[in-house]
Amino acid sequence: MHRELRNHIIGLLSANTRLDGRKLTEYRKPIELEQGVVKTAEGSARVKIGETDVIVGVKLEVGEPYPDTPNEGTIIVGAELLPLSNPEFELGPPGIQAIELARVVDRGIRESKAIDFKKLCIAPGEKIWMVIIDICPINDAGNLFDASSLAALAALKNTKFPELEGEKVDYKVKTDKGLELEKTPIAVTVIKIGDKFIVDPDTEEEKAVDARLTVSSIEDGTLCAMQKGGDYPLTIEDIDKMLEIGIEKAKELREYL
Amino acid sequence: MTYKQRIDGRGFDETRPMEAKVGVIPRADGSAMFKIGNTWAYAAVYGPRNLHPKFLQDPRKGILRCNYNMMPFSSSGERVRPGGSRRSKEISLVTEKALLPVLNLDEYPNSVVDVFIELPQTEAGSRCAGICAASMALADAGLEMKDLVSAVSVGRVADKLLVDLDYSEESYPDVPVADIPIAIMPNSGKITLLQMDGEVKKEELMKLMEMGKKALMEIYEVQKKALKEKYHGVEE
Repeated sequence: MHRELRNHIIGLLSANTRLDGRKLTEYRKPIELEQGVVKTAEGSARVKIGETDVIVGVKLEVGEPYPDTPNEGTIIVGAELLPLSNPEFELGPPGIQAIELARVVDRGIRESKAIDFKKLCIAPGEKIWMVIIDICPINDAGNLFDASSLAALAALKNTKFPELEGEKVDYKVKTDKGLELEKTPIAVTVIKIGDKFIVDPDTEEEKAVDARLTVSSIEDGTLCAMQKGGDYPLTIEDIDKMLEIGIEKAKELREYL
Repeated sequence: MTYKQRIDGRGFDETRPMEAKVGVIPRADGSAMFKIGNTWAYAAVYGPRNLHPKFLQDPRKGILRCNYNMMPFSSSGERVRPGGSRRSKEISLVTEKALLPVLNLDEYPNSVVDVFIELPQTEAGSRCAGICAASMALADAGLEMKDLVSAVSVGRVADKLLVDLDYSEESYPDVPVADIPIAIMPNSGKITLLQMDGEVKKEELMKLMEMGKKALMEIYEVQKKALKEKYHGVEE
């Protein structure tokens, strides 16, 4: 369907450039990160990468722990591909794209152990904090994965616990107590088109993707989550190269936190 | 019982501080942001575009479809469950009716103009903020319009009549309260949205409409200025 577009992009890539003149592993500029944009949330952040614009808000609720982890709180990540942000998105319950986005963001945070779930326990076996992270794109101009992951982490860093009075949460009173983040997992999505690798695809490039690999890594380069997507397979050599790019670029994105 | 002074110190006929911007969502055909106090709305317009499912198509003219949605973290209380509620469906409906009179969709048979309103943060007056943003977004989309639409809520707390109620006023305990969202076409003065809940006398309501008109003209100026800023580079 997008064969001509894909051929054009491949032609550019073989000359080491892209539709907008960027280098292959260069993010769009500017990257902007703003914390505390939503006063009604317990934590929030807005990330813009080029024209891509995402707001992430964190709400805290009191719930019951899972029977197998009575001393641990939990996180829940939701993503809605708002039809406001992209002409191709439609109203309705989250589709598979939204579910994948939420799960990739969730996994980066969860598996890096960025949040110590034990610290979210209020009363063992009875009461825990549920950290609910919602991803809302305002303008989807490509690469929602990386923008949402960065915004989610920034929103968590910005989160303050509300006052807890017995069973009830008093949302009007925010305490000074913040969520402590032990790690900073950063997701970088590396795209393969033809035999070239790029990061931060725009809308056109996303239509020409052969394969993608989202690589989440922490400060010391340890990998904490991955997700392969796209219709084409990858060789072991491809993966080696993509991981190298992913880990390297994560350091660059971490600077914005 | 009297309501002597507004909790945030505003005059009784004064709105909360406003902010407006047009063209904030590059992927949309038209878009705008409208903020009033702590209530913050985005609107995006897509279309006229093909309408699916097909049975909704009107061969004589295009149709307008509005969707109002609060983001899950936009309420100061508990998380708002995504997916829409009876409340959000009704607001979507009255928003559509508030905007339709200014549009001429005769040239777009079988098509739809979609308006998506999203609220990242709310504190009373969200349907009005959504309508303000939406009418700017429709203008930004280059659609033929007879007028803009400006909206605000008026109402009463105890013995006082006031404009642009905030949450603490809307939910003022133990006194009679009325909350009346109004939208008008500023040039003709015609009303396109009118709802109310609470208690109010007819005479008071007529007085409130006058008070509201003054505030609505101020809102209209804010909307016009934002549109001009995009299209004429006017800076003040």
